Amino acid sequence: MMAQRHVIVGSSVGLHARPASLFVQAAAQAPVPVFIAKLGGEPTDARSILSVIGLDARGGDTVVLTADGADAEAVLDDLAAIVATNHDAEGSLS
Amino acid sequence: MSKDLHGLGVSAGSAAGPAVRLGTPPKLPDVEPAVADTGAEADRAVAALEAVGESLRSRAAAAGGQAAEVLVAEAMMACDPALATKVRGLAGAGRPAAWAVNEALASYRAMLTSAGGYLAERAADLDDIADRAVALLLGKAMPGIPAPGHPFVLLAAELAPADTATLDPAAVLAIVTERGGPTSHTAILAKTFGIPAVVCCPGALSIADGTVVAVDGSAGTVVVEPTPEQVEQAARRSAERAARLAAAHGPGRTMDGHPVKLLANVGGPADVPAAIDADAEGIGLLRTEFLFLDRRDEPSGEEQRVTYAEILAGMGGRKVVVRTLDAGADKPLAFASQQAEPNPALGLRGLRLDGLLPALLDTQLEALTLAAKDTGADLWVMAPMVSTPAEAATFADRVHGHGLPIAGVMIEVPAAALCAAQIMKQVDFVSIGTNDLSQYTFAADRQAGALAPLLDPWQPALLQLIAMTATAGRAAGKPVSVCGEAASDPLLAVVLAGLGVTSLSMAPPSLAEVRAALAGQTLARCEAAATAALAAATPAAARAAARAATEG
Repeated sequence: MMAQRHVIVGSSVGLHARPASLFVQAAAQAPVPVFIAKLGGEPTDARSILSVIGLDARGGDTVVLTADGADAEAVLDDLAAIVATNHDAEGSLS
Repeated sequence: MSKDLHGLGVSAGSAAGPAVRLGTPPKLPDVEPAVADTGAEADRAVAALEAVGESLRSRAAAAGGQAAEVLVAEAMMACDPALATKVRGLAGAGRPAAWAVNEALASYRAMLTSAGGYLAERAADLDDIADRAVALLLGKAMPGIPAPGHPFVLLAAELAPADTATLDPAAVLAIVTERGGPTSHTAILAKTFGIPAVVCCPGALSIADGTVVAVDGSAGTVVVEPTPEQVEQAARRSAERAARLAAAHGPGRTMDGHPVKLLANVGGPADVPAAIDADAEGIGLLRTEFLFLDRRDEPSGEEQRVTYAEILAGMGGRKVVVRTLDAGADKPLAFASQQAEPNPALGLRGLRLDGLLPALLDTQLEALTLAAKDTGADLWVMAPMVSTPAEAATFADRVHGHGLPIAGVMIEVPAAALCAAQIMKQVDFVSIGTNDLSQYTFAADRQAGALAPLLDPWQPALLQLIAMTATAGRAAGKPVSVCGEAASDPLLAVVLAGLGVTSLSMAPPSLAEVRAALAGQTLARCEAAATAALAAATPAAARAAARAATEG
């Protein structure tokens, strides 16, 4: 049962630096494989930091998360929340 | 039998201890060995990457704070599943493990570099991972700052900016490099951490690991296998220096009370406590690049206002001199879409960027005005990379137009120093950036190690330009500051005071040494030292003449 979410990247720095680390760490702990793509782009492994930062998704861009399996819906809810959050606003400016 | 090596003392203090060399990146042999078992080779390659990731994570745990975040991100890259797949593919096709790792990381590196901006900066992380994994696979020494488990004297050809992140100031007793000059990364790093350092010291790398050396960062000497008396002397000098520094307090002044303001160079809010601890009379150079670089979008006026106000409030009413954004093709802004330039140091940078993005400066000045109102701070604003009196006038009008009372410019282009008298009519103060002024005066790239002797701040031509600027300031009755590395050399600080410089701004750890040096001289002695240094033909002669004048 394939689950899918469209999410707008909330951090102005984009899916890079700390937001990318947080996202990939969460994806690596998910019980099912998760894929991430830019809208209309090739899906890539969400557990791979190099692939995720290589997407070059910027703040305001829409990304598509997909997962397959038992807990897919719950997993994607959690990951979508991480993508949508503005992590820049939580402190460190640099 | 002891023997002496001589170099340039760039960070004061004495220390003795066993020498350990900086690990150099391993090189892959020219001939690629044949692989018998491709499956085992793939396992070996991936295991090396995992081990690199593990060691980065344990360094992160030891480092804490922002350094930890950077190291954890690098560890995630080392253990990346997509990277492992690529490495397995290459090893499976018959490449030896070290070559597979190197090639896989090189392909990611190419992808990141072509994207530019933030991604291009991550390329250095991939290089570091490749160097570490290849060193493990080939059984070579780990690159980077060694961790021998005891305090040591670090020997290197030269330190790179990346080494800064992993240097533990508590473990490094002193630093000695074969290359580098007074403005090299090593010098700046050593001064920031208060570690004694000697650069430009031929023969440093011929010292074997474990050999005891005694380093004098003031005299620029390195004694190999010192006698017990020499070790004792280093310890005694170190204790005397600590006592002398502890005795010097308060505002900068000569023995006879001539004031020379002692200010701190600050790169962001995190540096403020160090400036306060060092008893700085204010900030003489607040670099604002930290707000702009390494991000996709221009920071909003409100974000800038809050950050400036935090710094101003942290300085508790002391004077703060803010330098407006100093970006350019060598420090690119992700949101400026600036063209790459063949000579970024001579290109569209500093105030010149205003022609491309005028709103940037107005937003910054507006945020500074509001932050000054929020805090009631004594705020001065200056522009980098100003070449003509007309540019200075335009900038001063912009600053005053925003309601900020005190506008100045950096003197870092020789043209500006030559026209200092005219520039002084347009502005309320100037600040001499000696690092760039050296680079532009001597047509010598600051990054080119071989040219370091030209960038010696004791070069008579540089001293002449400082003297011209100081004289113009004195005639106009306006302050002249020095905010480059030159200000942090205690003997040169005495010369600068004698030339008529009214304030000195430097990394906070250098303040105590400079304060003590000024307190040991009368203004007349400072002026005699300045006259003697100006008359010298070489940097070495200028140093010797100034020293003789201060002791005379």
